[in-house]
Amino acid sequence: MKFRKERLDRGIKVRCEDIFVLSSYQEMLYMLFPRVVPVMILLILPLLKGVIGLYWEKVFMITCTIALLALSWDLMASVGLISLGQALFFGVGAYVTGFLNHTFKLPPILTIPLGTLGGAFICTLLLLPVLRLRGVYFAIVTLTLPLLLARFIEATKILGGTEGMSGLTPFPNIWVELYVPVLALLVCLFGFRRLINEDYGLVLQGIRDNDRAVMSGAINIYWFKAQAVFIAGVAGAFAGAFMTHYNQVVGMSAFAMDYSVLPLTAAVLGGIGSFAGPTIGAFILIPLSELLRAVGTLRVVFYSAILIICVVGLPEGIFHYMRRKYHQFERMVDVG
Amino acid sequence: MTKRVYGIVSQKGKATSVMINSIIIYGLVNSVILALIAMGFSLTFGISGVANFAYGGFYILSGFLTWMLLNYLKFPFVLAIVVTIGVVGLLGFVTYWVILLRVRGIALSEVIATFALGVGILELFRWLGFVTYEFTLPYLKKGMVLIAGVPLDYQRLFIIGIGLALVLFLYLFTHHTRIGLAFRGIAQNERTAISLGIKPDWTAALSLAFGSAMASVAAIVILPLGIISINQGYEVLLIAVAVGIVGGLESVPGILVASLILGYAQIITGTYFKPEWMMVVYLAAIVLTLAIKPSGLFGKFKELEERV
Repeated sequence: MKFRKERLDRGIKVRCEDIFVLSSYQEMLYMLFPRVVPVMILLILPLLKGVIGLYWEKVFMITCTIALLALSWDLMASVGLISLGQALFFGVGAYVTGFLNHTFKLPPILTIPLGTLGGAFICTLLLLPVLRLRGVYFAIVTLTLPLLLARFIEATKILGGTEGMSGLTPFPNIWVELYVPVLALLVCLFGFRRLINEDYGLVLQGIRDNDRAVMSGAINIYWFKAQAVFIAGVAGAFAGAFMTHYNQVVGMSAFAMDYSVLPLTAAVLGGIGSFAGPTIGAFILIPLSELLRAVGTLRVVFYSAILIICVVGLPEGIFHYMRRKYHQFERMVDVG
Repeated sequence: MTKRVYGIVSQKGKATSVMINSIIIYGLVNSVILALIAMGFSLTFGISGVANFAYGGFYILSGFLTWMLLNYLKFPFVLAIVVTIGVVGLLGFVTYWVILLRVRGIALSEVIATFALGVGILELFRWLGFVTYEFTLPYLKKGMVLIAGVPLDYQRLFIIGIGLALVLFLYLFTHHTRIGLAFRGIAQNERTAISLGIKPDWTAALSLAFGSAMASVAAIVILPLGIISINQGYEVLLIAVAVGIVGGLESVPGILVASLILGYAQIITGTYFKPEWMMVVYLAAIVLTLAIKPSGLFGKFKELEERV
């Protein structure tokens, strides 16, 4: 007697795939539950300021910004662009915002959108020459760009040099601080999920899977890659722009290795290619690393260990595992 | 290391002929340094197709390992060098069997796994406090000579010598030994090589071991020029890639020519502009190469498919 594990879609999942069959509350709940509950949790958590304490609210906020970076990483990965330097987006967004606020005294309501769009634009321009590269080569260039920019600022002493620019305008109140990143995260999460399922997203995924085939369809893949980098850059630069005003200072630490490694680890831990996965990954990783704050820079070593273990031992990621359990049931079948 | 070069150049730069001589000599030194760094990375990549992102980590690890053997365990210098090269080579070998074998062929996972390993090594040393000025490796031999009016210390002469020796060794190794021929066989056509009984996993693991050992050779001769700093680990990766992209990865003449171009371009930039701009040379070189000849100066069809 030999047995083999068989996985089958649940009946309710099959019925829910078509919107016209949503005839019962049960089915609607089945479909809405995994979407609505996380959104509600995200929206309610800031209100519980008194319960969980201000410190953990700040951790929650930082988690949201890292989740944004992880989303932008995942979008680039959907086009086949493996980035090892999300700190580039974060840092450029942070510096543009800081510069606008420091030099022209613009209020945050102007500097954050300008920093987001301007930062994404600058990043796209910086990456434009290397978009012809694929896989490994692109990864190496992205790894070095933030390091180079930090070095450049240090050497030329522009934009405040090693000391950075301080004394930036703070946010008017704590609700802005708490809700802006949450809303941005939700917009990006559901926006990106929508985007990748449209025809447009199909082209992007096509470039990842077989760029020659896409080229043979008379589509300019470099133009699409540039657009994808810009969209990913918007998410990443927003995280930087927001954190600049939150910290009221921008310095070379905006290009730190943490901002490259954390989103990458979050994405790999949560599951690549789903956008929900990197978000889940960030929400596991950042609170965990906050608990490990005492060990200092050893945290990066700890992320590296998680990365290696996940890549080798858990390649599908947490989200894909959860989704499988939710949508499918398993049983042993006799194949003897 | 490069800043020190600039210092000497600017002090002695009053007479033009001396300045030109020093550009020629220090440009050569710099070129050999770049070639030494790039060779191990491109060897591994050329044979097994694994981009060893832990390269910078292995490089710095070699430096600190030698330092620890010399200062904690009081090893003689030569023994410390041999042990370091052996240990780092073995580490590369083990990395392949333990980590890379399981994710072979998935570019994303290979990149992330080796990158994480490299970052892990570098940041572990940062945490352990290996960031102060006491971490310097000794010169192989102290003293200097005057060549065409330019002072040049023995260490830099050694670098040139070891660089040339390594190129010669690689040539002989890949053309006249069984393992070397197996390396080339796998690099040229993996399936045919397999059908002739060459084991691809062994070859790939050995190529990783060789690449790592070469990283440690490079570290041991280059690091005495300055303080061992952890950020050099990231810099080394950038150098290896810049040289590889300009010359065409896996092509040894390409690596040499690209090292010469970049090495001289850097020294000239450092002399006539500011030393801060020397890092920008790499980026400019990468961008220019990709725009004009994306497969690199000596690249062949194989990497064209992969890269562009």
